Amino acid sequence: MSASEPNKGPEPLLQVSGLQTWYPITQGMMRRRTGWIQAATDITFEIAPGETLALVGESGCGKSTVGRSILRLEDPQAGKVLFEERNLLGLEAAELRAARQHVQIIFQDPMASLDPRMRIRDQIAEGMQSFGIGASEAERTDRVAALLERVQLDAAAMNRYPHEFSGGQRQRICIARALACEPRLIVCDESVSALDVSIQAQILNLLRELQDELGLSYLFITHDLSVVKYLAHEVAVMYLGRIVEQGPTARIFESPAHPYTKGLLGAIPSIDPARRGAAPAVLGDVPSPSDPPPGCHFHTRCPIAFDRCKVEAPPLVKIESGASRCFLSPNGTEIS
Amino acid sequence: MSWLEPHILSNLVTLGLLVGLVFATRVVRAQRLWREAAVELWRRRRFAILVVGVYLLIGVADSVSWTGGVPDDAVGVLPNAPLSVLDRAFLDSREASYSAPFADVEFYGGDALRHPGGHPLGTDILGRDVFYLSLKGARVALLIGGLTSLIAIPLALLFGVCAGYFGGRFDDFVFFLISTMASMPSLLLLIALIMVMGRSTFSVCIALAVTGWVGFCRLTRAETLKLRELDYIQAARALGVSEVKIIFRHILPNLAHLIVITFVLMFSGLVLSEAVLSWLGIGVDGSWGQMIDGARDELSRQPVVWWNIAAAGSALFGLILAVNSVGDAVRDVLDPRTARES
Amino acid sequence: MALLEVRDLRTAFPSKSGMTPVVDGVSFDLERGKVLALVGESGSGKSMTALSTLRLVPKPGRVTSGSVKLDGEELLSLPVTEMRRIRGGRIGMIFQEPMTCLNPVVRVGAQVAEAILLHESMSKADARSRARELFVEVGIPDPEERLDAYPHHLSGGLKQRVMIAMALSTRPEILIADEPTTALDVTVQAQILDLLRDLQQKRNAAILLITHDLGIVNELADRVAVMYAGRLVEMADRVSLLSDPLHPYTQGLLRSIPALSAPGEPLPEIPGVVPSPDQWPVGCRFSTRCPKRFEPCADQFPAELNPKLGRRVWCHAVAESAREGAS
Repeated sequence: MSASEPNKGPEPLLQVSGLQTWYPITQGMMRRRTGWIQAATDITFEIAPGETLALVGESGCGKSTVGRSILRLEDPQAGKVLFEERNLLGLEAAELRAARQHVQIIFQDPMASLDPRMRIRDQIAEGMQSFGIGASEAERTDRVAALLERVQLDAAAMNRYPHEFSGGQRQRICIARALACEPRLIVCDESVSALDVSIQAQILNLLRELQDELGLSYLFITHDLSVVKYLAHEVAVMYLGRIVEQGPTARIFESPAHPYTKGLLGAIPSIDPARRGAAPAVLGDVPSPSDPPPGCHFHTRCPIAFDRCKVEAPPLVKIESGASRCFLSPNGTEIS
Repeated sequence: MSWLEPHILSNLVTLGLLVGLVFATRVVRAQRLWREAAVELWRRRRFAILVVGVYLLIGVADSVSWTGGVPDDAVGVLPNAPLSVLDRAFLDSREASYSAPFADVEFYGGDALRHPGGHPLGTDILGRDVFYLSLKGARVALLIGGLTSLIAIPLALLFGVCAGYFGGRFDDFVFFLISTMASMPSLLLLIALIMVMGRSTFSVCIALAVTGWVGFCRLTRAETLKLRELDYIQAARALGVSEVKIIFRHILPNLAHLIVITFVLMFSGLVLSEAVLSWLGIGVDGSWGQMIDGARDELSRQPVVWWNIAAAGSALFGLILAVNSVGDAVRDVLDPRTARES
Repeated sequence: MALLEVRDLRTAFPSKSGMTPVVDGVSFDLERGKVLALVGESGSGKSMTALSTLRLVPKPGRVTSGSVKLDGEELLSLPVTEMRRIRGGRIGMIFQEPMTCLNPVVRVGAQVAEAILLHESMSKADARSRARELFVEVGIPDPEERLDAYPHHLSGGLKQRVMIAMALSTRPEILIADEPTTALDVTVQAQILDLLRDLQQKRNAAILLITHDLGIVNELADRVAVMYAGRLVEMADRVSLLSDPLHPYTQGLLRSIPALSAPGEPLPEIPGVVPSPDQWPVGCRFSTRCPKRFEPCADQFPAELNPKLGRRVWCHAVAESAREGAS
């Protein structure tokens, strides 16, 4: 199955609609709320079983917040997160703990993702203990050995400590820890961003193999579009808390609709020796999420912004293959 | 309740501490990270650790005591009073009054001594061997440092970790508490508490703990706040581990190095604080601080009686220097930032 | 004579088993007005090479041997006072993390002015107006207001522009840029790369660019040197290196970049990990991971080969195929 063709199976595994997570800014001892950091607003997307959705954007766009909100590591104010038809946001503590088994996360920083004072075996087995997988300590140890071998590490690693491993190896351990719970969806929050290019390739291949073998779905959060092209079936581009474009990977790369997506693609330095020196399409810096520009959040940096963009926020409009949040459709006509 | 005599309590506590030490050694041997740290520490500070060890041995020698076994003609000893190992070693060393180190005669007056040349640090106004008094001060110092830390550190951990981890109103409360306590002049508070509780070793320890827990609490709160945001804590939450388990399994072990470092460094500060309290007259009996305080009068005699203060000061200096030296090395060895990466 | 000539540079750090080398015999030239990129992954020694040329190796490490000549003048034996004049004066440096390189309690205008006044004497007012000119040159909007801003008021991109302004303020002959855009977002990175290219052309500055990103290399560099485990493995002009890499490590690096692969096939990998200095094999350091490894690779470090003018490569396999081609 190639990465560029989405497979719209019967039931989507994850359905997010209208998700909103804002952080309050408080002042003083009475914790008066003086404002909001609008980290993620009106987030809607779906992930089918066995597929990968890439959530792409630069710093401050809210993509990590979305990933963490799905796991309820953050508390959204509004919206629904339907995992296998159950709304994760409405669950009580005990039900949530049980539901967490099937949605796991791998973080960005391999140094900070593992407890420096716990043996590898104990860290991988922690999830198993918590969800009741494995009938005895001995059985859990066997499972840990099998998982370590599945991620191409020596089973003897289980008695060692995190500082004895390199970044890439630590990331493999985190993958093993996530797999220990037998999840169906894994949120990869910038999981390869901190790795060298040659190690990145190894980890990406491993993630692909696991997806093919176990039917896993990924929500792949990243700022690196070149990784997206290889791994994702669908792409959602975020800017300052909102999704500005969505669609199948191939279409996004071949004919991006939203000016930010175009700018993002154009900004990636190419390694083709014949192509160099393109002028950057997107100027200026990303505004602060606590004080986003009125109207369309992107209008301050958009090369094709006009008057309406400054006052009115465009809705997410369906286009030929996906959706785009812009008043101008891909062929240039203004949407009413 | 005759079995709760102070000396029996002291014996039991000493036994308990020794058992605790054996237990701690086994834990350190079992966990590779601690074992490697201990080996590294020994490599760096062999001499200082030995010095501290000697003080500890002396303290233990003074903590184990029993009644009886005293010859009837022993000078200056109450019958049926409990005597420790240290006491019994120096049983027959009483003179009449001052004598200079290694002297054969009394310092004032020149009367012959019962043990001419036998007092390496001289004797005090009551004729007690100064070397013996200095050794006795070790137990007091170790008691002050150890017992106070034992009260202050768990208190600080409890408040600090909960404030840092749970945040919210509890954090505000703890912060308020810390700020209030930090604004009170600690010396005055110490004096007030000791006056209220009465002068005893235990009350001095409690008072020092009450004024000393705040600094460590701030540290644990800050460190917990930092740890809480780390990815592996988030991962544990995603793995369904409960909050309480996260605190015990992930947060506390990662604070352990801080606890050890703080304990070692707090120790010397406490011993010095007690010296100040003795100078004010509310310290613990038999401590070096008291000896130094008593030396005030002696220094104005003619000729000067200097060996009392020299002995107490050197003993105090020796312990503090050794503990600080070990403490610096402990910090270097245990701090994950300066510790060796593979 | 090249502007900067580095010959057989070696830098090492003390460890339990003696001195552990991190830069192990690196030689290259930086020509006037040209951009040389030093490319490598973590552990290759590229940053340490750059720091060594300025004698800024963090203690307890030090440069153990070699020669660094600026315009014919040997830098490694200069007295420290002379070296300080060169640092920031004739050779400027831009670091990776603008967050940590700017003093958080001093306004940025004052920091740039301070850098100017360290190397030239003028009045404070003149230094400030020169700082404002530099802010305009590096594309900082509202330069007059920005002079009085504190670093935490500025975004990452603006802070990096301030750093570049500081580095350029003394009109250096050489600019060393150590991963100048790694901490920045992609769209901001594109702007900074554009700025650097612009400035380099206008001022005809020589740039020693340290990076791990071959895309940045393509955007900025004239010549490229690839480092692995403390040594150079290949050096060539940009076009040749990117279109026709000779060393298996360079080939592997280029292939691992996901943008180039067809989706649906596994990414070509370089198996294994970069060895740490105590694990460096005798012989070619890449031999443990190289797909073209054969007999001599594990025992003997390959000699330098010049297959074409301006190309340098250190590889037995390339030497072997060159011999076969010639025969």
